[in-house]
This record gives sequence, C-alpha cells and structure tokens, in this order.
Amino acid sequence: MNDRSDRWLPWLYSLPMVGFVALTFAYPMLCLLSYSLQHVGRSAYLPSRFVGLANFRYIAADSLFHGAIANNLRLFLCVPVLLVLSVLLSQILHDRPRGWKIYRSLLFIPYILSIPVVGVVFGYLFQYQGQLNTGLRALGFDGLALDWLGNPGLAMPTIMFVIIWKELGFGIILCMARLSSVGEHYFEAARVDGANWLQVIRFVTVPQLAPTLAFYAIVELINMLSWVFAYIYVMTLGGPQNSTVVTEFYIYQQVFQNSQIGVGAAAGVVLLGIVTVLLVTRQWLTRKLAVYEGE
Amino acid sequence: MKASKRTTAWVAGVLQHGTLLAFTAVALLPLYFMLVSAFKTRDEFLGNQFGLPQTPVVSTLLQSIAGGDLYRWVLNSLLVTVASVLLSTAVAALAAFPIGLMKWRAGPYVLGLLIALMVVPPIVLVIPLFQVAAGLRQLNTYQTVIVIYTGMLLPFSTFLLASFFKTISPALIEAARMDGAGSWRIFMSIVLPLSGPALATVVTVQALWVWNELLIAIVFLQDDSLRTLMIGLTVFNSRYRIDVPVVMAGMVWATLPMLLLYLAGQRFFIRGLTAGSVKG
Repeated sequence: MNDRSDRWLPWLYSLPMVGFVALTFAYPMLCLLSYSLQHVGRSAYLPSRFVGLANFRYIAADSLFHGAIANNLRLFLCVPVLLVLSVLLSQILHDRPRGWKIYRSLLFIPYILSIPVVGVVFGYLFQYQGQLNTGLRALGFDGLALDWLGNPGLAMPTIMFVIIWKELGFGIILCMARLSSVGEHYFEAARVDGANWLQVIRFVTVPQLAPTLAFYAIVELINMLSWVFAYIYVMTLGGPQNSTVVTEFYIYQQVFQNSQIGVGAAAGVVLLGIVTVLLVTRQWLTRKLAVYEGE
Repeated sequence: MKASKRTTAWVAGVLQHGTLLAFTAVALLPLYFMLVSAFKTRDEFLGNQFGLPQTPVVSTLLQSIAGGDLYRWVLNSLLVTVASVLLSTAVAALAAFPIGLMKWRAGPYVLGLLIALMVVPPIVLVIPLFQVAAGLRQLNTYQTVIVIYTGMLLPFSTFLLASFFKTISPALIEAARMDGAGSWRIFMSIVLPLSGPALATVVTVQALWVWNELLIAIVFLQDDSLRTLMIGLTVFNSRYRIDVPVVMAGMVWATLPMLLLYLAGQRFFIRGLTAGSVKG
C-alpha cells in the first residue's frame, strides 16, 4: 500500500456498499421527496403532474392522518413503562438470585419471536371468547372480560401491551450489560451506608444506567414510529373503526390500496422529518453523555 | 435482631423470585399456549383450551405441514435469508475494512451517515422501490427482495463490523505490511480470521431480522408460490381460523428454527444486540 493507492483504495473496498446504499436509501429518498410534490400517475395515459404542496395540504386536513400520528404518540407512552420495568428487573437480576441466568434467557425470548407469530397467538388469547376472557370468567372477574381487540377504545392499549411485552427483554439485556461493567463497590458502598433496595436504585443504578437508558429510550421511540407496521397488519389491520391506524399503516393504505402515491409520499416525508429530529436528539445526547462519561 | 434480619432476607428473596416468576410466566405465555395447543386435537381443544393436553397427539403437528405449504414457505424464507445475509455480510466486511483499519479521511463521515440510515422507516423506502421494481418488471422475484434486504441490512452490519475491526491491534497490521503483504492479503489472512465472533454476531442478528421481516415481503412477493414464512403465516391463520390447534402447530414450526438458533448461540445474539449501546 503506497501513498498513491492509499487515497482511492478505501473507496474501492467500500464501492459495493456505497452502490447498495445508494440504490436502497439515497435514490428512494430523493424519489420520495419528488413524489410528495406530485400527483403520481399510474400509466402513460395518466401522467404524473406537479401539484406543489397539495398532498401536504391533504394530509394536514385528513382526520385519518391526524389519528395515525396521535396513535404513534400514544405508542410513545410504552417507552417510560419499558424504562421502569427494565431498571427494576435488571436490578433484581443483577443481585444474582438463584437461577438468574435462566430467568435472563427466558425473559429475552419474546424479543426473538417474530411479530407475525406473536400477533396471531395474542390475537387468539385476546379474542372476546378467547383464553384470557375464559380465564377471567372462571376466576369470577366477568366484568373484566372485555373485547380487547374489538373495542375501538381498547384495541390500541392492547397492542401497546403486546409491544411492551415483546420489547422488554431488549431493555433488560442492555441494562444488565451496563450494570455488569459498573464497579461492584458502588453498590457495596451504598449498602454499607444503609441504603435500602429502592435507594440503591435511585442513587446508584439509575445514574449509572443513564447513558444506556437514554440510548434505549431513543431506540424505542424510533421503533414506535418506524417499526410497528407488522403488529398492526397482523393483529387489527387498522381497525376497529380505524382506531389502530398508525402512520406507517396510513402510508401503506394510501399507496398500496388507494393508489394515492403522492399522498403516501407526503406522509412519508413527515414521518422521516420526525425520525430525523429524534436522530439528531440521539446524537446530541450521545455526545453530551460521552463528555460526562469521560470526566 | 438476628431473627428479624433473617426474616427480612427471606421476604426479600420471596419478592425477588415472585417478581421474576410473574414476569417470566407472562413472557412465556404465548409460547406455552402454542406448544400445548399444538399437541391437542381439535376436539380436545374445545373442552380444554388452556391446560396441558390430556392425550398428547402429534397428528396436529403433522396435519399442519401436510399439503406442503408451510414447508415451501420455510424453504423460501431460508433462501431469501441465507442469500441476503451472506451478500450483506461480505459487502459489509469489505466496507468496514477501510473504515475501521485504514487512514481514511472520509471514513468517520461514512460511518456517521450509516448510523443515520439505520433509523429510516422501511415504509418510506418501499414506496419508490416498488415503483422502480414495477418499472423494471422485477416485482415478484427473489433477486429484488434479496437486493433490498441486503441494502437495508448494510448500515447496521457495516457499523458493527467497523467497530469490531477498530479493536484489532494496529501493530499487527503494520507488521504484516512491513513483511510486504498487500491490503487484500491483510484483509483475507489477518482481519477476517480474527473476526470470527464478530462475523457470527452480525450473521445471527441479520438472520433474525430477515427471517422475521414482513412489510417488504408483503409488498414485493405477492405471488403464492414465492411467499416467505411470515406472510405465509398470516395466510395460514386465516385459512385454519376455526382449527386453533393446527394454527398453533404452524406457529410452532415457524418459531422452532429461530428458538433453537437463539438457544445455541445466545451470546452472539446478546453481543450483537448490545453492541454500540453500552459505550453510549
């Protein structure tokens, strides 16, 4: 490797990667921007035409789109629940009760199951005549036997439960990995000072986990915007009465069912904008916390 | 005093195990329901929906694969998964080499861009990609799906491999260069052989992702014979809706490969999923 080849050699090695990324990310994102300003035609007889911001005005007035964004915001409520449960469970496991390795392996299983499988199985369990309600009735809680996925007010909270159920294992693993690299003397010192279990969490665990929790929170916020399509597709298809339409599903319907490609693209641009804000926040947090860690 | 301390410890232990048991039970509930239902006949299921099977049968498991659909979907999924994971790992390793180990001024920027691309929602990319594939008459082909999966996996796999390559000792590379080894030789006979665990990690995480992917498979593989397992399962579910044990048996078959892979290679899963986060 002489000096002259040093300059182009890295590019040569990266060339296939750059090609794939250009094809699957860069080009589609440029297309998306241009589609969002067009009425996209389906054939040579129905050519595309430039419509300015009409697509954006359409979604701004579309109550279904508002509902979709509101549902994504509702999904954000899963994140604090995930954070609290991850801290509690990882602290319990960090105390090394007997069999903690087995618990850890088992608690992680939901994360590796596929969403279609999970969605179908929970779909049966949560049916009005399903196993959950049979169980509740058998225990005498007839009033609690509700139509979990069939009631517009309940379907979204039920889906949120399934998402929390699936994502919790990831948080536990992240927190445990971080806790195992924290010196045991911090916990020891707190206990010697007479701190009880909750005080250890409050004054040792949570501060030590801060960077991990910030990372996990942002990853999950992005998940709640970008990766919930499969849950909706398998469990409710957006129903009942459109109560579980999220932004991804709205885009899917506009593009692949209503052939409103321009409208879908405009919604896609909005979604991309929100994700970008979160991404910038994550980078900012990482940098800030890296400085804090370096001290 | 001593006794009360012992009581406190005992209560704490009960609380610890109680909490863990409760969460583990909820975590395993669907898996339990799948397994016990798959060993019941339809008749038994109607009377015994949630308990252990009184007379376990394998006929339901066999019935669910009869007809060959499930079998074909699994093969389709395997084909797509293996092809895109191999391709993406190879391309990622090539790109991660200069990013992680060469003096490359653009390297950090390329890496930053890849990190940003990891969060792009797939639905946003699918709209134009569908138009492109339709224009090229490449809908309903495996090569389209494999190319898209490879592209979407690359930001993560390149990032992970690059951060691993950075931990390889520069002295080792320098020594090889002094001995006259070219960059390709260094890559093939030093970097790759040292990266076994990192490559295993990247492969497992990617395989999990592709195996479980739904959206791209729905949009680009609409032909019956090309379906992957994940779309197949949703079809399977509506086909056997009235025969819950058969549906659950299908779910068991679909879950088994990934569950076994997880139990065998747990540390690779965990390392891959926590990579890049612990350092913050």
